[in-house]
Amino acid sequence: MPLQINEIENLIKKSIPDAEIEIKDLMGDNNHYEATIKSKLFNNLNKIEQHKLVYKSLEGKMGNELHALAIKTKEQ
Amino acid sequence: MDDQTKNTIQSHVDNNEVCLFMKGTPDAPQCGFSMAVSNMLKILEVNFKGVNVLEDQSIREGIKVFSDWPTIPQLYVKKEFIGGCDIVKEMYENGELKKIFEDKGINYKKD
Repeated sequence: MPLQINEIENLIKKSIPDAEIEIKDLMGDNNHYEATIKSKLFNNLNKIEQHKLVYKSLEGKMGNELHALAIKTKEQ
Repeated sequence: MDDQTKNTIQSHVDNNEVCLFMKGTPDAPQCGFSMAVSNMLKILEVNFKGVNVLEDQSIREGIKVFSDWPTIPQLYVKKEFIGGCDIVKEMYENGELKKIFEDKGINYKKD
């Protein structure tokens, strides 16, 4: 069962409460998404650490239910 | 991950200055994200080793634990984990990828 956009947002918000999130469904198939996420929590982290923070918020769904989620992280 | 898998992954990383764990091969990628990173390296004319994780399920799962990273492709340069498709693409676009090759003494196309 693919994840819906609001489910992805809720998961991210749960662990990154200040996140400003914009998610696009790239192919209109509920399966290929691109998320742009802004948060103060990214400040002073390198890109790998920023993306890991997002992956952790997705509770292991990345690479499983969530097949394709491109991530862009931005500091605030 | 068992020791044998870990050693196999470690030896790929140790023996190839630029090592891309990917789905498929550089000539026949099996996933758009793997193809994207492979093509960026080709455009920069970087000599790299593509490790096809689809050929070995233990590497496919093991590399995620090894790097603490849930997705494939994964790029290593001189034993350092650089990132997955999103990060490498961003670095390709803003010039940081070339800088890494420059700093680490990897040959690439300068223009």
